[in-house]
Amino acid sequence: MTLHIDIPEETFGSILAKAFRNTAFVAGFVITLLILAMAVVSYGWTPYDVTKLVIADKTQAPSLAHWFGTDHFGRDILSMVMVGARNSIAVALVAVGIGMGVGVPLGAFAAARGGLVDEALMRLNDLVFAFPALLSAIMITAIFGPGAVNAIIAIGIFNIPVFARVARAGALAIWPREFILAARAAGKSSTQISIEHVLPNIATLLLVQGTIQFALGILAEAGLSYLGLGAQPPMPSWGRMLFEAQTHMVVAPWMAIFPGMAIVVTVLGLNLLGDGIADILDPKSRRQR
Amino acid sequence: MTAYLLKRLAIALATLVLASMVVFAVLEILPGDPARLMLGMNASADQVELLRNQMGLNAPLAWRYLHWVGGLLSLDFGRSYTYSVPVIDLVRERLAVSLPLALIALALSTIIAIPVGLFSASRRGRAGDTISMGAAQLGVAVPNFWFALMLIYVFAVWLRLVPAGGFPGWSAGIWPALKSLLLPAVALALPQAAILARVTRSALIEVLNEDYIRTARAKGLPYRAVLWRHALRNAMIPVLTILGLQFAFLLAGTIIIENVFYLPGLGRLVFQAITQRDLIVVESVVMLLVAAVIAVNLLVDLSYAVVDPRLRSRQ
Repeated sequence: MTLHIDIPEETFGSILAKAFRNTAFVAGFVITLLILAMAVVSYGWTPYDVTKLVIADKTQAPSLAHWFGTDHFGRDILSMVMVGARNSIAVALVAVGIGMGVGVPLGAFAAARGGLVDEALMRLNDLVFAFPALLSAIMITAIFGPGAVNAIIAIGIFNIPVFARVARAGALAIWPREFILAARAAGKSSTQISIEHVLPNIATLLLVQGTIQFALGILAEAGLSYLGLGAQPPMPSWGRMLFEAQTHMVVAPWMAIFPGMAIVVTVLGLNLLGDGIADILDPKSRRQR
Repeated sequence: MTAYLLKRLAIALATLVLASMVVFAVLEILPGDPARLMLGMNASADQVELLRNQMGLNAPLAWRYLHWVGGLLSLDFGRSYTYSVPVIDLVRERLAVSLPLALIALALSTIIAIPVGLFSASRRGRAGDTISMGAAQLGVAVPNFWFALMLIYVFAVWLRLVPAGGFPGWSAGIWPALKSLLLPAVALALPQAAILARVTRSALIEVLNEDYIRTARAKGLPYRAVLWRHALRNAMIPVLTILGLQFAFLLAGTIIIENVFYLPGLGRLVFQAITQRDLIVVESVVMLLVAAVIAVNLLVDLSYAVVDPRLRSRQ
């Protein structure tokens, strides 16, 4: 006699259908797409030229001509927010790439090897975690010079232990499973098993963590460029726009309001997207949310 | 239990030692000669060499490391190049701003987050839960320095209730000093509260599904008592973990917020020291912050044992 259990198969279609019923996912997806579209469009078109200073139009309140108003040099804030999106997205995305590219192999390796290697790698993780990330990012950018590339490196370094930890925890849960045993019995090496069987099974976890780190990267980049350590002028960045807004706050509060809203909406969209993906692909997490 | 404590303690100490080596090494490879920086570009090579000798910059690497660590341990951090005062005095002065700021922010965040988390968890899926978690979702997305700017606009520029920045010093009286820390503390606390509320809620919901909660309800305990006495206590471990992480974050997070409000705190000190290449100040303050982070995480680990009696009996 064989025991037969019907498990409803998860097809791409069924996952997609579930996704469209998930409010967080849909909202996050739409917001993220809009922000990405805004950044892409800014390459070809912005309402005004962000490098042109029109002093006659300085600190104008939001109007039909300038939806978000103008800054102290008469530049259009909407156009600057659009161009600033590029910088934020690029920095945060590459920083996530660095974190994943280095962290995931490290975490998977630690889980596959176990023992001393695992212990050593995790203690190294603890070491990085002991440094307040923002403080160290400030040190790195201040030492090696301000700029978008150094901001990426500074934020990326602190993504590495995060992904290493998530990948290790996920991989440790997969290793005792039967199909891993089967793969071992088939004579596959632990590297092969990690790549062919463990990684696909922790992809969801990594994707969710990826959106979280993406959002955190946007916040970190904004903080660094507020301190003058991110992308340098004339490239607009949301953080520096906020820094410049501070001295003109009394006459032109919109200079601070709109770039800040751009950050909030972007981070909100990414967080909703991450929550949505976690919900859809991992039914267990729904119970807790 | 003792074994667990000893292991945690050993790991914390090892991390601290490694961290000190990293800090020292990083500042060692840093471009820029502090002696040259102090004397200016017109100084002759001889003058620079003389000062380097006086500052002990020409001694062997290992000796300088040990000398530095020894100084840290005896609270003699050396003298600041730019301020020409002992670093310990600077730190003490600045800590009088940053520590109260971080503590007020941490207290505010806890006072807001725990009740919100409790409220949300006990009303899971209902309107109250949706609204408060929506607000938390928004709060997580707000950069604290932007929130600070908005607070300045509303409460300092528009309503003129509090100063827009600066710090009168504790000698000006408790109230004026506290008043200038109020907006920065709120700006730091709210995004943290949003994170903490979410963690509290999900930890509580996990616990509320446990059998002992049903038992407590079944024996007739009122819901409120179950929530506060049984559920909250058992949900404390993730909450404490996040609180520990947040303290570290708050100490470093003050760097930007202190810049927004022109507060003479530790964060501003270290930021200015970094840009002015005042290495002794940078390495001392960074080490202090790292030690604080490690100590807080150790405390959190130890507090697990207090909160969860099961950990006490386990080996």
